[in-house]
Order: sequence, then structure tokens, then C-alpha cells
Amino acid sequence: MDTLLNNLDLFVGGFKTTLFLFVVSAFFALIIGSVVGAMRVSPVPVMRAVGTVYVNLIRNTPLTLLMFFFAFGYPKLDLGNVSYPTLAIFGLSIYTATYVAEVVRSGFNTVPKGQAEAARAIGLPFSQTMSLVIMPQAFRAVIPPMMSVFIALLKNTTIAAGFSVAEAGAIRANLSERGEPALVVLLWVALFFVILVALLSLLQRYLENRWRVLR
Amino acid sequence: MSDTLYDVPGPRAKARNRVLGIITILVVAAILAFIIYRFAESGQFSAAKWQIFTFPLVWQNVGIATLATLGAFALAGLLSLVLGLILSVGRMSEHKWVSIPVTLFIELFRAIPVLILMMIMYYGLPPLGVDFVTPFVAVVTGLTLYNGSVLAEVFRSGVESLPTGQKEAAYAIGLRKSGVMALILYPQAIRAMMPVIISQLVVVLKDTALGFIVTFHELLYLAKFYGSQFTYDAPIIPTTLVFGTIYIILCLILSGVAKWVEVRSRRGPGSAISAEVARTRIVAADGSAA
Repeated sequence: MDTLLNNLDLFVGGFKTTLFLFVVSAFFALIIGSVVGAMRVSPVPVMRAVGTVYVNLIRNTPLTLLMFFFAFGYPKLDLGNVSYPTLAIFGLSIYTATYVAEVVRSGFNTVPKGQAEAARAIGLPFSQTMSLVIMPQAFRAVIPPMMSVFIALLKNTTIAAGFSVAEAGAIRANLSERGEPALVVLLWVALFFVILVALLSLLQRYLENRWRVLR
Repeated sequence: MSDTLYDVPGPRAKARNRVLGIITILVVAAILAFIIYRFAESGQFSAAKWQIFTFPLVWQNVGIATLATLGAFALAGLLSLVLGLILSVGRMSEHKWVSIPVTLFIELFRAIPVLILMMIMYYGLPPLGVDFVTPFVAVVTGLTLYNGSVLAEVFRSGVESLPTGQKEAAYAIGLRKSGVMALILYPQAIRAMMPVIISQLVVVLKDTALGFIVTFHELLYLAKFYGSQFTYDAPIIPTTLVFGTIYIILCLILSGVAKWVEVRSRRGPGSAISAEVARTRIVAADGSAA
């Protein structure tokens, strides 16, 4: 307990950065992922191909490697000074976007074929077929897996600790300078992650019940 | 497939799709051209930066590092499968004193980031007098605890999605609980879940890269080492490209196996779970770490 209370500043600062990385990356991952997911179900073959290549390529790349590229490689490209947290956000967003895209795509695919056909049969144009019939149903199916993606993103933010970002994963390195036992520090960090993940899981269950698909 | 979302395109839609396709090609080409231009502009394609890859010794070390990565992956993958099997049996136990602690164990290790698990092993334990923790041990234990817990849930959902008739029939012909599990339920569950299991193994392979942060001497570690050699003009981008390609190829091979297994199992004699169910599970279970 002393380890926690005496170094509360570092713990709070670390988890603040973690949550900051999480929220910002989740935001960008949602945007990029939705665009790529929509591309993967679009009628244009080229768009589908681009989406597929992007998803398969990035999904089969370790996140550590992406972060490695952004943290060490990007500064060599003389594209202006970008701070390490921002670079970590690049890596996290690009990586998580592939998972979001897959969730979006499978969300569209869970809506039975007959729904779109029926919507067209009663004369709805494409925009209304999507906004009134497909999207509301896909949205419900998407919520639980989307939350799982975000839980994974929250845990993945720790990787940024290896690339000069002072977030929760880096608390140990800072505290070992203050002479605190590493195991105790890490167990506290682990406990906070368990709590955060539990909160997200509760939110997931709540949203799932709230928008349960009634078929 | 998704082509049910829209009608078969008519002449106008075809023309529009063609325009959209050309725009997409232009945008992607522009992005790629910009990246390549930046690489060229900052001298990433200069001979000096790539000279390091002309030495046989460098490639020999790359081979050793690849083997280290694959070794950690093989051991962690195997141990995760074993741990996952044991945990899933415990999770489905009818004795509360077994199933509750096992459930807690699974939930706990699914919630802690793998990197933190590795750090606990590597930085946390040695001060307590535990002296066998090398980076390799830390990486393998971290991966095993996390992926074992995830796989336990995969096995369980495989067993639970089987029709109850399977279990009842097995009991009816006089099998005991162990026989029902080992002879009837698990073989079917594993077969149905094979694509998910293999895609979880891809996660294990990708996560070995986390070893870089706990100084495990694998591919990324070597990439950093060569990338910061100032005698060769610090070729960090060339090394990232080379080592990244190795990683992506390894993962793509494994993903390819997963896809092949999925297609094959769909073609084979009817399994109790449809491929579509298994596919949704992939999305559910795959939302895991790096």
C-alpha cells in the first residue's frame, strides 16, 4: 500500500496517459476502421481489394513492430517533430482500425439477406435501405465485439511504454529509480488494469442488454 | 457475401463505380508515392544504409533471431494449448470449488496486459530470489498465461455450442464423464474451433515481438541493434523493412493455414457447428493483444 500511496503522482500520471492514448486512439481507429470496413463491403472491386490488403497486412504485423517503426523510423523521415505519445497514437490507431474494420464488416454480414432485399422491394433507395434497415440492425450486432476490440486496445496501450511514452507500463521503470520493489509496483499496475477492463466489460454487458437484437 | 446490400449495378451505377474505383486507385497511389518519395528524399534508399545486409554474418544472426522468435512461439503455443485444455475442463467442472477459482484465474489473466505479465516475470520475480527467469522464460510464461486463458474460453464455447444430444447420447451408451469429454465432446469442439485456435496462435506469434521490450533477443531486438549501427549510417528504416517483412511472412503463413483449415472443414462432412458460427467467434476471440 505504501508503494502506491508514496508514489501516487506517478501512478496517476501514468494511468492518465494510458487513458489519453486509449481515448484518442479509439476515436481515430473508429474513423479509419469504419471507412475501411465500408470499403470492404462496397460495390467497387478496387475499394474491396484495397481494404482487404490493408486489413490482412496490418493484422499480420505485430503492434510492437508498428510502434517500433513510428518511434524509431518516423523521426528519420524529416516530417517535422512529433512527440512520442503522438507516434504511439499513430501506431495504435492504424493497428486497431483493422480490427474495427473487421467488426464493421461482420456487422453488415450478420443482417440477413432478406432484409436488404425486402427494403429494395418496397422501393427504398440505397441511402434509406442503409440508414433505416441495415445500419440499425448491424449496429446492435456490432456492439459486443466492438467493445472487445476496445478492451484489447486498452491493454495494447502498455506497449507504448517500450517506446518512450510515460504511461502505465512505464511506471515500473520510473519507480525502480526511487527504489521501490518492482513486483509490488507491477502488481498494482496489473490490478488497475483488471479494474479498468472489468469496468469496460460491465459497460459492454450494459450496452449489449440495452440494444439486444430482437429477432 | 456482402453483395446483398445493393442491387446488381445498372449502366449508371457501373459508370459511377468505375469513377470511384479510379479515385481509390489515385488516392492509394498518392499515399504510396508520398511514402516512397519521403524515403528517397531522406536517403533511405542509399547504398550505405543497405550495405549492412550484404554481410553473411548479419544474415546468419537474422536466422538465429528468427529461430529464437519461432522457438518462443512454438513453446508458448504448445503450453497455451495444454493450459487452455486444462483450464477449460476446470471451467466446465460441476464442482463449484473447481470451477469458480478456474473462472477467476481465466478472467484475471485475460484482463492483465501480456506485457505487464512479462514484466512481472522479468523485473518482479528476480529480487525475490527467483533466478531462472531469463527473458525467454518471461516471454513464454506471459504468452502462455494469457493465451492459455483465451484458448480455455475458445474450447469451452466450442463444447457448449455442440447439440446437447451429443452429451446425452454419450452418457446413454454408458460412457463416464471423462469418456464423454475425451471421446465425444472435445474432438468435435476442437474440430469446429480449429480456425479460431489457429488464429489465436497467430496472436501468440505476433506477441513474441513484445519480448523486445523485456530484452528478449528476437527479431525486433536485432533490428534495433543493426538499425543503430552508426558505421552503416544508422539504417533503422531499412532494418525495419527487412525485419518487418520477415514477421509479416511468418504470420501470413500461419494465417494462411488457418484459412485453409477453415475452408477444408467447411467442405468436409457436416460438423455440429456451422462455419459461420466459428467465424463470428474469430472476431470475438481475436480482439486480443498485439
